[in-house]
Amino acid sequence: MALDTDTVRRIAKLARLHVEEDALAPLADELNNILGWVEQLDEVDTEGAEPMTSVVEMVQRLRVDVVTDGHVQDKVLANAPAEADGFFVVPRVIE
Amino acid sequence: MTDTTDTTADAIPDHLVAHFTSRIGHNSADLIEGETGSWEIVIGMEVHAQVTSESKLFSGAPTDFGGEPNTHVSLVDAAMPGMLPVLNEAAIRQAVRTGLGLEAQINLRSVFDRKNYFYPDLPQGYQISQFSDPIVGEGRITVDLEDGESFEVGVVRIHLEQDAGKSVHDRIPDQTCIDLNRSGVALMEIVSKPDLRSGVEAAAYLSKLRSILRYLGTCDGNMQEGSMRADVNVSVRRPGEDLGTRCEIKNVNSIRFVRQAVDYEARRQVEILEEGGEIDQETRLFDPDRGETRSMRSKEEAHDYRYFPDPDLLPVVIDQAYVDEIAASLPELPDKKAARFVAEFGLSEYDAGVLVAERETAEFYEAVVDAGGAKRDPKIAANWITGDFFRRLNADDLEITASPVSAAQLGGLIDLIADGTISGKIAKDVFDEMWDSGNDADANRRGKGPQADQRQR
Repeated sequence: MALDTDTVRRIAKLARLHVEEDALAPLADELNNILGWVEQLDEVDTEGAEPMTSVVEMVQRLRVDVVTDGHVQDKVLANAPAEADGFFVVPRVIE
Repeated sequence: MTDTTDTTADAIPDHLVAHFTSRIGHNSADLIEGETGSWEIVIGMEVHAQVTSESKLFSGAPTDFGGEPNTHVSLVDAAMPGMLPVLNEAAIRQAVRTGLGLEAQINLRSVFDRKNYFYPDLPQGYQISQFSDPIVGEGRITVDLEDGESFEVGVVRIHLEQDAGKSVHDRIPDQTCIDLNRSGVALMEIVSKPDLRSGVEAAAYLSKLRSILRYLGTCDGNMQEGSMRADVNVSVRRPGEDLGTRCEIKNVNSIRFVRQAVDYEARRQVEILEEGGEIDQETRLFDPDRGETRSMRSKEEAHDYRYFPDPDLLPVVIDQAYVDEIAASLPELPDKKAARFVAEFGLSEYDAGVLVAERETAEFYEAVVDAGGAKRDPKIAANWITGDFFRRLNADDLEITASPVSAAQLGGLIDLIADGTISGKIAKDVFDEMWDSGNDADANRRGKGPQADQRQR
């Protein structure tokens, strides 16, 4: 699998990363190196092995449905660049 | 890894949605007669239903509607670094309960995935949802129309996911205010097959689904508060031919709007096709003030959600005993209840349907029949409720739970008619007085009949 610069441009956009046009090709090379490294795993015979979603042989533990949290508005907003009347304030999002 | 090919704005990619529909609409009047011939409307719905629970899907913050902004929020819901989701058992239970209520397959193993996109009301930068392994698989809903016809709509799946926060655009000029109170609240997304053929059918589907969820107690169905929202997929085709390109109308928040949105959107598509144009697959919004749909996102914003299993969560595994225990606790659902009212009480199917549509109405009716250990005539009780009682409820714009006349009191009034104390005609006046005073029938019949007594309530 090899990524071209178009794909890298697209991935960057989806991740909201600004990548200069002349940095796309080197970045593609770097990503391709990483993919190549991961693709070594293809050498392992996985015939008949279940795909894993986790590396531990456990199932999800469940929490009892009780209210134990919330009402920490000051903490929630502590790092907000802007706030008003308890809201986060962001540049207008047009729909 | 899950599929990373482009998807549209739909939550479910095409290859996972059963687009096959064999249903033929029952009413030829549902076809749109265009200049060039007839068109059939094909509708599928994705309904987001807020799970009734105390706390959120992955945090211990409360789920109550309203509240000061950003107070029903934990650091998990605000996606602070290092916070980890801890799954709420009630959400799993409610989803299974809903699945059982829709006669659906329950998947004993399901997986939570990340659906990646950026929006200010989604602090994580992804929504935790279920993609290829949802907790509930195929089921069905029997939908009833006003003309007495019923038809079955297939349910493709139900999955659990997080709600997003709320964006307020009109509070500060040129800025958007974000309230995360809803962020992380558990939603069930209930996906139907494209088995609906008109705006009326789509509205009836939503109405029946809402009724079932309220019977089950898994969602309060309060559409004004956003507890239930529908994404409506609409396309048109020549009857019997392949499906056309669809548009998705997002976040329709009333049953009436669903009907209006479908009617408008289908006509819009027919107009375009008849002029030789093509339908752009896109997301649209319904504007209730103008009664029209309009495009919501530009096409270059084609979404690529890059789903993958959430590494913070393990596969959810439940056992059959857990499912069986929930199944044993299900209430009698509206279809069964209506059938029993017909068989046991001799009601017409129409009256039975009216009485079971809301759980509270059905309970009130049965209480009127049984109150005080009496066995009152079930037909007379039904006539009183669907007649004078509903008339006053509507006139005063009251929910049945706020009725000034209780089931026992209405039962008492029916007893006075049955034993000949008052006539049916006088009973109507007594009923109105009971309604206004809140007194029992005995107190209100003073001076109305020969054996009027002086007993006050």
